[in-house]
Amino acid sequence: MAAVKLYGPLASTATSRALACLLEKQVEYQLIPVDLKKREQKKPGFLAMQPFGQVPVLQDGALTLFESRAIVRYMAEKYAAQGTIGLLGKSLAERAVIEQWMEVESQTYNPPSSFLVFQLAFAQLWGIPQNQTEIAKNEKKFSNALDVYEKRLSESKYLAGDEFSIADLSHLPNTEYIVKATGKAELITSRKYVNAWWENISSRDSWKKIREMSEAGSKK
Amino acid sequence: MATIKVHGHHLSTATRLVLCCLEEKQVDYELVVVDLAAGAHKKPQYLALSPFGVVPTIQDGDLTLFESRAIVKYLAKKYKGQGTELFGNSLSEEALVEQWCEVEGQSYNSPASAILFQILFVPMRGGTTDEAVVEMNVEKLVKVLDIYEERLSKSKYLAGDFFSLADLQHLPTTHYLVTACGKGDLISSRKHVKAWWEDISCRPAWKKVSEKSS
Repeated sequence: MAAVKLYGPLASTATSRALACLLEKQVEYQLIPVDLKKREQKKPGFLAMQPFGQVPVLQDGALTLFESRAIVRYMAEKYAAQGTIGLLGKSLAERAVIEQWMEVESQTYNPPSSFLVFQLAFAQLWGIPQNQTEIAKNEKKFSNALDVYEKRLSESKYLAGDEFSIADLSHLPNTEYIVKATGKAELITSRKYVNAWWENISSRDSWKKIREMSEAGSKK
Repeated sequence: MATIKVHGHHLSTATRLVLCCLEEKQVDYELVVVDLAAGAHKKPQYLALSPFGVVPTIQDGDLTLFESRAIVKYLAKKYKGQGTELFGNSLSEEALVEQWCEVEGQSYNSPASAILFQILFVPMRGGTTDEAVVEMNVEKLVKVLDIYEERLSKSKYLAGDFFSLADLQHLPTTHYLVTACGKGDLISSRKHVKAWWEDISCRPAWKKVSEKSS
């Protein structure tokens, strides 16, 4: 079977979200970089694949798919029998709870954490002034969400239950940047259960591989 | 089999999404009204069900589930073979449904909800609509709708030539944009978006949910 193609830069949280799933499922892939600084994602060739001009895009034979969380679900479904088993749960009810936490990531965790990552890790690099009022607002929102996560993870090893799932996986990229690049690591590390969960999921082979690839890439 | 309980409010967009899905799948349900105006969704009794304090939450036997987009996926899967098929007929079709569900959740919902919030909810709480915020979000939504126009010129529905969850997810917010916010022109000025909107908003399941006033 031909390798799937994943278009996107590794530094993009959405791209690494999709890649983490490919790695968990041990799917052969080719990672094709997209130069966001040169606005390659807004050029006609890319827009023909992804009309919103965003990374990543997956090509699997005749299927072209975008939106990292859709790519994650598709890969987990298609390759259910290989790599890490149980990413989608073992029953309809388990799958439902996984989808619930996928949506929490998408609707509640992602917006404030993305904002903080952009403002604190990238804005200055790109000469964009930081908005301190909005930073404070988003930190509060993120913190409030994390309090709910803390309670949940005190009752459950992973977000959806006792097994690692795509719900936990979806949180890897943003949390990595929060902990490593924003100066706000304590949002995660000061919460006992959130921190334990983070240490656990970020030490998986798939995420270690992505970290190695990032380091190798930044040394070029 | 026990009836599914939906804790929510008949005017809430997220609750309406779930009710519409239940209607499409021909599933019996009971709406347990959560008094949002009184802040019931932030009180301990509700938070015990749904810790982020948002509506709706469903109870299906032992399973308690929140997040409307997760709920409708669950219903679509559980009741496959009954009522309207909402996930397509193959893995590839399902993947495209997921993709356009994500587009709704990531790109459409944010500007559309921001417009609703400013025009409908802010005045309800005694505040004044911030027209600059409305304008900014209309601009964002216009860019998304232009892409939808292109897509729907090639495909009857978002994920393909079949109605799916992806189209369903757009009903509640778009309905308010068109009927309560005076933003119908965003839809009606785009030939294919307009045709799509007229098609999906006329579905009996949606009419039943949107016409109920209590």
